[in-house]
Amino acid sequence: MTQQDKAQTEQEFSNQRPHPTAVTVTDLDLYYGEAQALKEINLVIPEKQVTAFIGPSGCGKSTLLRCFNRLNDLIDSCRIEGEILLNGKDIHADNIQVPELRREVGIVFQKPNPFPKSIYENVAYGLRIQGMNKRRQLDETVEWALKGAALWDEVKDRLNDSAFGLSGGQQQRLVIARAIAVQPKCILLDEPCSALDPISTLKVEELIAELKEQYTIIMVTHNMQQAARVSDYTAFMYMGELIEFGATDQIFTKPRLKKTEDYITGRYG
Amino acid sequence: MSDLHLGQHISRRFNEELEEVRSKVLHMGGVVEGQLANALRVLVNDEIELAKDVVSADSIVNSLEVDIDEECTRIVALRQPAATDLRLVMAVTKTINDLERMGDEAKRIARMSRKDMDGALEDDTRSDLEYLGELVREMLRQVLDAFARTDVDTAILVVKADRKVDKKYKKVVKQLVKQMGKDPQVIPQVMNIIWAVRSLERLADRCQNIAEHIIYMVLGMDVRHIKLDDVLAEIEAMSDEE
Repeated sequence: MTQQDKAQTEQEFSNQRPHPTAVTVTDLDLYYGEAQALKEINLVIPEKQVTAFIGPSGCGKSTLLRCFNRLNDLIDSCRIEGEILLNGKDIHADNIQVPELRREVGIVFQKPNPFPKSIYENVAYGLRIQGMNKRRQLDETVEWALKGAALWDEVKDRLNDSAFGLSGGQQQRLVIARAIAVQPKCILLDEPCSALDPISTLKVEELIAELKEQYTIIMVTHNMQQAARVSDYTAFMYMGELIEFGATDQIFTKPRLKKTEDYITGRYG
Repeated sequence: MSDLHLGQHISRRFNEELEEVRSKVLHMGGVVEGQLANALRVLVNDEIELAKDVVSADSIVNSLEVDIDEECTRIVALRQPAATDLRLVMAVTKTINDLERMGDEAKRIARMSRKDMDGALEDDTRSDLEYLGELVREMLRQVLDAFARTDVDTAILVVKADRKVDKKYKKVVKQLVKQMGKDPQVIPQVMNIIWAVRSLERLADRCQNIAEHIIYMVLGMDVRHIKLDDVLAEIEAMSDEE
């Protein structure tokens, strides 16, 4: 991506930005040892909208997603340069408590990963860590989170059953309920539907559409139709670079760059 | 981005499907071209026997429309096309609708003109009609060419040519109205000619529609209901950007 393209993308976005900003990424470089996985990423992610990252495997989209709640900190060889602002605050500043950051920015992975506990305890887990101990308050919040994740009606009669008894789609919604229970500002979804059947996928997609009323959603997906259906903004990444970012409608009907066009239409560039 | 790179999909079958749709549209256009050429010979040269060819070709046009439409629906359902592929499919469904209606207009010209003119067509008007017919034929030829080569410049020429046709159409109608005023006896015959000329003008409008679909397909710019000068300015701005 040339400097000119980059400036233009940013300019276009700021011209048409109808939403307040949730996350601002400035000149972000990320290295795994010697290898550079992200190159000079500049991106503004709008609040309470769904932003999808698309691109071929290994293009850096999951790596970028994991930057937002500093999950890459867990990788020893990982080095990050540049700045990420979450609601105006630098997430790498010294005064940032990483556990608090991760409460604000929840993540849901490709494979549902419920804890080996009951459905109820899965959702209550984060709340207890936060110091919520009163049974009544816990009950209310668990119900609220399960309703928010569109799972309540399916599990309300078996809250004490093991979470592993749920189907894959239900487990994924349970994990989303666990994430929203602690009232984050932003939810990261790393290929949330790739292990789900089409019906469960549609339910999770419906849920995403509802969740964006309250949360900023950033998702990585390999399924371009999903990105087209679910997201408001789409970022196309290729080999560690952000190639094009824009309103999803524009990216899927009239991408500005040929590289984007080739990818979304299944051409070899 | 004047080339749609249709042959570059990873799925070779998708390449073939899109290519087939495109070539069927051109085939359909070719049939309509033949209809128009024959209809004009009926109108201008009184070659009345050709009228039935125009009418019979219509069923080919109709079945091609249905066939291409089905193919497009299938592509949308199975391939979920995006970007240029999507714009191609959308442009094709609209283009074949215009082509089908053009076939109908050609049929109307042939039907109106095969009726006994009884010398109602004056020589001046005949040569004007001939000229108008040539303009429209050229527009159709150009627009099909633009479609085949995904050529925006030629599509713009077609949009421009429609203005010329409109002017000429008004002039011819004026002449015909004057003729009716002079000699009320010929009103029924002249009315038939007016209907035929009206169809010719509509054919030109359809050519313009197709030219607009081509601009949309290639540039992703919807230029319907926009003044030509504004369209040209926007295209220029786009190419500067590139």
